[in-house]
Amino acid sequence: MRKLVTSALAGIGLTLACGTSVYAQDKELTIFWAEWDPANYLQELVNLYEAETGVKVTVETTPWSDFQTKAFTEFNAKGSAYDMVVGDSQWIGAASEAGHYVDLTDFFNKHNLKEVMAPATVKYYAEYPSASGKYWSIPAEGDAVGWSYRKDWFEDPKEMEAFKAKYGYDLGVPKDFKALRDIAEFFHRPDQKRYGVAIYTDNSYDALVMGVENAIFSYGGELGDYATYKVDGIINSDQNVKALEVYKELYSFTPPGWAKSFFIEDNQAITENLAAMSMNYFAFFPALINEASNPNAKNTGFFANPAGPNGDQFAALGGQGISVISYSNNKEEAMKFLEWFIKDETQKKWAELGGYTASAKVLESPEFQNATPYNKAFYETMFKVKDFWATPEYAELLIAMNQRVYPYITGNQGTAKEVLDSLAADWNATFKKYNRVK
Amino acid sequence: MATAVMTTLDPNSRSATRGMSDLTIRNLFIIPTIVFLIVFNIFPLLYSLGYSFTDFRASSPAAANFVGLQNYRELLNDPFIWSNFAITAKYVIVSVVGQVIVGFGVALLLNRDIPLKGLLTTLLLLPMMLSMAVVGLFWKLLYDPSWGVINYALGLGNFEWLSNPDMALYAVAITDIWMWSPFVMLLSLAGLSAVPKHLYEAAAIDRAGSFYTFFRITLPLVAPILMIAIIFRTMEAFKTFDLAYILTSQPTTEVISIRLYKMAFQEWQTGRSCALAYIVLIMVLAITNIYVKYLNKVKER
Repeated sequence: MRKLVTSALAGIGLTLACGTSVYAQDKELTIFWAEWDPANYLQELVNLYEAETGVKVTVETTPWSDFQTKAFTEFNAKGSAYDMVVGDSQWIGAASEAGHYVDLTDFFNKHNLKEVMAPATVKYYAEYPSASGKYWSIPAEGDAVGWSYRKDWFEDPKEMEAFKAKYGYDLGVPKDFKALRDIAEFFHRPDQKRYGVAIYTDNSYDALVMGVENAIFSYGGELGDYATYKVDGIINSDQNVKALEVYKELYSFTPPGWAKSFFIEDNQAITENLAAMSMNYFAFFPALINEASNPNAKNTGFFANPAGPNGDQFAALGGQGISVISYSNNKEEAMKFLEWFIKDETQKKWAELGGYTASAKVLESPEFQNATPYNKAFYETMFKVKDFWATPEYAELLIAMNQRVYPYITGNQGTAKEVLDSLAADWNATFKKYNRVK
Repeated sequence: MATAVMTTLDPNSRSATRGMSDLTIRNLFIIPTIVFLIVFNIFPLLYSLGYSFTDFRASSPAAANFVGLQNYRELLNDPFIWSNFAITAKYVIVSVVGQVIVGFGVALLLNRDIPLKGLLTTLLLLPMMLSMAVVGLFWKLLYDPSWGVINYALGLGNFEWLSNPDMALYAVAITDIWMWSPFVMLLSLAGLSAVPKHLYEAAAIDRAGSFYTFFRITLPLVAPILMIAIIFRTMEAFKTFDLAYILTSQPTTEVISIRLYKMAFQEWQTGRSCALAYIVLIMVLAITNIYVKYLNKVKER
């Protein structure tokens, strides 16, 4: 028996010894991100880094629905499983205040990234608090909400004639939300199993809120004053009431069962011939021009989020920056990786692989803008984006907004004004709780 | 009793020859279990009780401040929490009643000599062997208004099971009934087969009607075991998370455990969510106690 135990222990010891020696020879880096196509593109990109330097980089992913939970569980436990994270833009307040992210201000200034990257990406992915000059991540995947539509339905002469007769103007890519609404109504034909529009409605994370933001921002509204935390009269402004009403109206032109829809469902609306127009992040558009994943690829067009009644035109920001995690054992190696990542040629390669670079130089290049049918719309959108709150308590703000807005949009409860007034009260209470306002 | 069990150690067994006493063997079996229970159940339970009186957030390095009963006070004054409790209560009633009716009904049908009874019973037990997440995912497909089988089979057209706020909770309960009726059926079947046949014969001689036989003989004799099934199912239904979370995101299906999950792991309000967990625990204990009292009464009869 004793012999057995001794030999078993020796075996374990040997394995451990081998394990550590291998570890010491090959440096490895792990990047944590959500499970979606851009993460696969990133893996392809970092394979080039391994070829160059011999440092193996792995992109580890988890479904969107538990990305936030899993990342913060690891941060809170001060775990070193991940060296870097491509974290959501809203996390930056929570992660920087709690010390989960390494301060990248020096790195940012040394490489003049404020000029190198598109301004909106610096403002929303990297800087916290707002306008403080402190930076916590490197803009990695730029993203914003855009729209895809069925060119063949829009260009059908019969449809064009019928549309003009009904609405008095030509059917075409919607210039404003009124046209968007009219076109959605026009194509909404449940008896033919054809519906007007596909929008975001999933309330389990931030999908519905980002959908609503598209209307609010283009109607000239704001969610609040991000510097003073004032929300009264801003979140429940007249523009926002109108914007919420129009979003609810759009919901009535969606396919049946559209109450828990996010990017998968919205792309399906186009591939399955369900809807004339569909809201989605640019990051999901590569699948729509690929004939293998979209039988209607040739007939799919794209446009930027339309303007509101006063000509304001904005879109909800998506996308993420890459941050170094404070508890990583390979921080130095991670910084070396970032040096490589921000190089112009790396950013160019990143764009070629399908990643949405935030590098202003690449975005402005004609090669990028002509590479796909939607890149130009993406370039234009990235200079007029706005985002949700990035304060550490953003999750409470998000859940409150879901709780108030969702029953109104999908369940006809209350009026837009009541909903936004209650939301203003909820948010005020939250900010009071964290001593942001008196 | 205990000594009787312990003296059964065979004097020729390996343990006995190695000189292990009965006491050593008992400790060998019991101590790991107790340590496991203390480390993974009792310690976290007490620790979280402490947290429930603080404003602790696991996402922040800030130290926890003692806030007394503030978390409990605010939770019990929050109309959203009360609506979560009301939803949970409705869900528990609908799904447990449904499971008892379906499960007991099927057990009555199976409690006779029919061919392939064993195979039939095994097949009926399949749903409860599946994982909750898998059941949720494929029922989501079955309920789909555009391509789901249910609407097609029932000729319901585009009926929205999961998007309709009034229907969604029932849709989740139907799935739960499908999954867990076999459990009630299994226990009821055990109870039914234990009812002495001579009672039915006596009733038949007295020309008792089938209703009378059912309510005066079958039901009272099966009641204790049925009560156990109901206790288990009520506790489980109260804690439902996965099915409701996967099937739909309607606010009308936000049962208390989903709210708790969001509070604890999305908002990271650790202190407050501990308080909510304690409120839920107390409620489950209270309900279980009522049941157990009733069960004892039923047994005495």
